[in-house]
Amino acid sequence: MITLATARRILAQLRNDHRTVALMVLVPSLIMILLYYVIDNEPVFAQWAPALLSIFPFLVMFLVTSIATLRERTSGTLERLMASPLRQLDLLLGYGLAFGAAAVLQVALALTVSLTWLGLDLRGDLWALVLVALLNSLLGTALGLFCSAFARSEFQAVQFMPLVMVPQLLLGGIIVPRDQMATVLEWISNVLPMSYALEAMKLAVMTGDLGSDFWRDIAVVAGSVLLALVLGAATLKRRTP
Amino acid sequence: MMSSAEPAIAVTGLRVVRGAREVLHGLSFEVPKGQITGLLGPSGCGKTTLIRSIVGVQVVAGGEVTVLGRPAGSAELRRLIGYSTQNPAIYRDLSVMENLRYFAAVLGAPKTDPARVLQEVGLEGHADQLGGTLSGGQLSRASLAVSLLGSPQLLVLDEPTVGLDPVLRKELWELFGGLAEQGVTILVSSHVMDEAARCQRLIMLRDGDILADDSPEGLRARTDTADLEQAFLRLIEERQPA
Repeated sequence: MITLATARRILAQLRNDHRTVALMVLVPSLIMILLYYVIDNEPVFAQWAPALLSIFPFLVMFLVTSIATLRERTSGTLERLMASPLRQLDLLLGYGLAFGAAAVLQVALALTVSLTWLGLDLRGDLWALVLVALLNSLLGTALGLFCSAFARSEFQAVQFMPLVMVPQLLLGGIIVPRDQMATVLEWISNVLPMSYALEAMKLAVMTGDLGSDFWRDIAVVAGSVLLALVLGAATLKRRTP
Repeated sequence: MMSSAEPAIAVTGLRVVRGAREVLHGLSFEVPKGQITGLLGPSGCGKTTLIRSIVGVQVVAGGEVTVLGRPAGSAELRRLIGYSTQNPAIYRDLSVMENLRYFAAVLGAPKTDPARVLQEVGLEGHADQLGGTLSGGQLSRASLAVSLLGSPQLLVLDEPTVGLDPVLRKELWELFGGLAEQGVTILVSSHVMDEAARCQRLIMLRDGDILADDSPEGLRARTDTADLEQAFLRLIEERQPA
């Protein structure tokens, strides 16, 4: 109950902030369109599209959650909630649900634009793609929450974005296939959740091969979401110094 | 119901260390039930830290804090204490009503509570206004309204009347008085001495120690002054070795 009330509250906050909603929903689609015309080659675009569709939900949710929870910490609303019957998981899942819903909207629009206007050919099932995108947005939410605990200001919180994001992209197999990397880098790549999210998205969009590899990837990403949620909950202390 | 002889808050030997500094040096006092107790002292004397220890959100270095018969911070207490922080803790991007409805849901308060508390703090006309567009005084009243949700047995208010005009301040103190008559215990901090006279009991704090713990009349008599501000100064002089 408190979880749902929290999700509703966060959605109400979004509703009152039209510009943020517009940016959240429109920017991924606009970038897909930009990428399409920059590459100007449909088969090559089809290779990049899955990566972007995985990255956006993660990136946007990471940023929005880390700033939103930092605001809760600095404005005193978190202290008020920690003195109330709300459990840490109510807050985390509330954010997950609300921003997950926003992510669905975001991915739905980017996908519609890609599949119609940009002529992206979806070989796999739509639900598989949506599942991966949703898990990515939850991962972004959970990690954003965790990282916000280490930021004292919004300036610092924003700086966590490249720290978390760029290594995962460089090592995620988009630029250089993971098996062609130096062994140490491949090991690191093996423990970063984004590597699995990117692979799952590629499988879902380009091959439609939803075999054991796909489900292993899904399991790894889902496991990472749970781990990040537990870590995030651990940073929400009832008592603070 | 517990017997009224039992204090609402009992603190013994409370020590709090923040960073390298000890902020509270072993405080002991009791707050009686169904009364307004004022927590007075200059800014930086430890009022907020003491209040946070009572609410159970402060890491404590030593001592015991018992609230309504349970250790401070107990899960059962979270519905029984209304807490208003010094900085208005409400969402600036939600309307006053949206804020109240959310916190009412978190506390499991009756659905009629948001409208009731809105009226109690005199913000009926601002229900649909966003928190961020309220004036300072309206913000602190909205924050106070949140702490009244769910009709708590104990209200802990950190400087609730800062920035309010005298008329509003008088109205809020009448509200506190009415609540105390209904049996609600109120602990309210302030650095304005003229508000102290409205409390039944005063705890004066300075540099993390208790300077006085008495009724306003008792304090005036002890220090032989008519004015509480003077009483405070005299107590400080008494403490200082000549």
